[in-house]
Amino acid sequence: MQKRYSWKEFQKEIADDHYFYVRSCIRQNFFPGSEQAFLNIMRGDLGKDVFEDARHTSCTGIGYHSDIVPLETIMTVVARQFALMTEAGYENLTSSCITSFGIYTEILETWREFPETLERTRESLYKATGRTFEIPKNVSHNSDVIFHNREQIAAQAKLKLVNALTGEPLRVVEHIGCHYAKIFPSKGIGGSEFPYVLAGMVESWGGEVVDYPERRHCCGFGFRNYLVQSNRGYSVANSRKKFESMAPYKPDFIVCNCPGCTMFLDKWQYTLAEMEGSTYGPDGRGIPVLTYEEMAGLVLGYDPWALGMQMHQVDVEPLLDKMGVDYDPSSKYLGKKGKFIGAPEVATVNCSAVDKFYRIKR
Amino acid sequence: MGKYYDMLAKDVRLREGLKACMNCGICTGVCPAAEFYNYDPRQIIVTVQSRDDEAIEALMKSNTIWYCGECMSCRPRCPRGNTPGYVIQALRTLSQRLGFFVESEKGRQQLAIKRTIGQHILDRGYCISPRLVDPAMHPEQGPVWRWVRDNDTEVFGKFTPNYGKPGAGPVREIDPETLDEIRRIFEVTGGNEMYDAIERHSDRKAREMGFDGANDDYFREVYRYNSNTHN
Repeated sequence: MQKRYSWKEFQKEIADDHYFYVRSCIRQNFFPGSEQAFLNIMRGDLGKDVFEDARHTSCTGIGYHSDIVPLETIMTVVARQFALMTEAGYENLTSSCITSFGIYTEILETWREFPETLERTRESLYKATGRTFEIPKNVSHNSDVIFHNREQIAAQAKLKLVNALTGEPLRVVEHIGCHYAKIFPSKGIGGSEFPYVLAGMVESWGGEVVDYPERRHCCGFGFRNYLVQSNRGYSVANSRKKFESMAPYKPDFIVCNCPGCTMFLDKWQYTLAEMEGSTYGPDGRGIPVLTYEEMAGLVLGYDPWALGMQMHQVDVEPLLDKMGVDYDPSSKYLGKKGKFIGAPEVATVNCSAVDKFYRIKR
Repeated sequence: MGKYYDMLAKDVRLREGLKACMNCGICTGVCPAAEFYNYDPRQIIVTVQSRDDEAIEALMKSNTIWYCGECMSCRPRCPRGNTPGYVIQALRTLSQRLGFFVESEKGRQQLAIKRTIGQHILDRGYCISPRLVDPAMHPEQGPVWRWVRDNDTEVFGKFTPNYGKPGAGPVREIDPETLDEIRRIFEVTGGNEMYDAIERHSDRKAREMGFDGANDDYFREVYRYNSNTHN
C-alpha cells in the first residue's frame, strides 16, 4: 500500500491534445529530423493537433545556465512564448528541449512561490512587447507526450525493439537528462530516482531496459563546461564515466530524452576513441545513440534517413540490422533532391566494409 | 558583516536554495564537478551561510564558483531542501555585476560565452545555429558534423524547406520584429546591462593583463587557456 502511494507521487498529468509546440536550440541543429518526426507522429500517426508559431524563439536557457542571461530576462522571454500561446488560443505547451522544460517548470514554480516576480514579468513583457499572457494549463516535454501515447504507438507498430534474428528483446540504456526531473522530480514521470518516461516506451515497444550503476549520472554537458573549449575535459570525463559503467551490460543502443545528452553521448564516443582509443560498442565501434523520436519512428516504420540518423557520428546500421529495418544503405548520404552529396570521413567509432554483418556501404 | 549576503538574498534563487545547511556533504557526493575538479559545493554553502563578507568576496573572485555545471544533481538529494546550484547561480550573477569574475581564470571565460551564445540569441533568436558550431572551435564534434556543415543546405533541406529562411521549422530565420522584441526584453529586464558589465570589466582586466582591451586575442585567451591547476 505504501509503495503504491509513493508511486503516485511520480505520475504527472499530460494533456491529451491541442499542443503549442516550442523547438530546441540543440535538437533543431543536431537532430532536425527528430523534431520533424515528432510533428509527423503526432499529427499523422496519432491525429493530434500541434501548433507551431514561427515567431517563437529560444527560451535562452543555455545562456541562463551559463549565467550570462539574468533570471528576469529569461522569465520575460518565457512569458513571451506563453503570450504567443495565449494569442493562438492554446493552453498546453510542449517543449522539444529538456533544458527548456526545466526552465518552464522552474519559472512557473518561482512565480507561484514569489508572486512579485510574476507581476514584474508581466510588467516587463508589456513594456517590451505590448503582450500579455495566461499561465499554461499543462507543460510537457515532447517525450511525455510520446510516453502518454506509447500504447497506441505499440498498436500501430511495424517493428518491435527486438532482435529480428534471435527474437530476444534489445537491451537499451536510457538517459533522461538532469533537468527533466532533478529540478522538480514531481514534474517528471518516475521522478529523478525511478525514471520511467523512456523506460516506459522501451518496455511497451518490446525492448529491455538496462539498469546500470551510473544510470542517473549527468552526461557531462555542464553548460559553461562544454561551451568554453578549455573546460571540455569536464564534459568528456563525465560521459566517459557513463560509458565505462554501461559497457559491461552490452547495450544494443542508448536512447536519450534531452537533445544535448543525445549529442554528447554520440560525439564524445568519437572523441574518446580518438583521444585514448576507447570504444564501447561491439567490434571496437560505438554504441548507437538515438533520440526517443527516432526510436518511435523506427517502431512505426519510418525510414532512418528521413529521421535524420545519418547526422549521428556513431553509425546506426548495426541497430537497424538487428531490428530488421528495411532501409537502403546507399541512400544515407543523399541530399534534398536525392543526389549523392559525398560521405563524411570514416572514424574509429564508425563501421566499415570490413565489419562482418552490417550492410553499411560507403 | 553580511553586506554581500544581503545583496545575494535579493536573488530569489538564494532564498529558495539556502535554508540551513548541516554540512552533510551529500551534494558533493553526487556532484559531477566535484568528481572532476578540486571542488566541494558543501564548502560554498558553508561560506555563504557564514555571511562573512571577506570570505564571500574571495569566493566571488575565485575559480571555485565557476566549476559547477548547473546539472542540479544536488537539488533532489539535499535532506534539508537546499540547492547549492541555485546558490552558485546567485553568486555568479553578483560576481559579474560587481566585476569580480575577471579576477579568476574560469570567471574570465564569461566573455567568450557572452560573445558566442549571448550574441547569437540577440542576432538569431536561438542560442546556437550550425554556423556557430565551427569545427575549428569544436574539433570534438567529429567528421559527421563537418560533413553536415559543408553540406548544410542539402542536409537540413531534407527536413525543412525553410533552412535559414523565414517561416516555421527547424533552423529557420527569425523575423526582424521578433528579434526586436527579444532585444527590447533584454533592455527592459537587465539583460543588456549584464552583457555590458561582462564587456566592461573584461576590457579593464584585459588591459591589466597587457592586451589592447578585450579584443579577439583576449577572447581566444579566455576561450582556450587552461592553467591545468583545477583538478
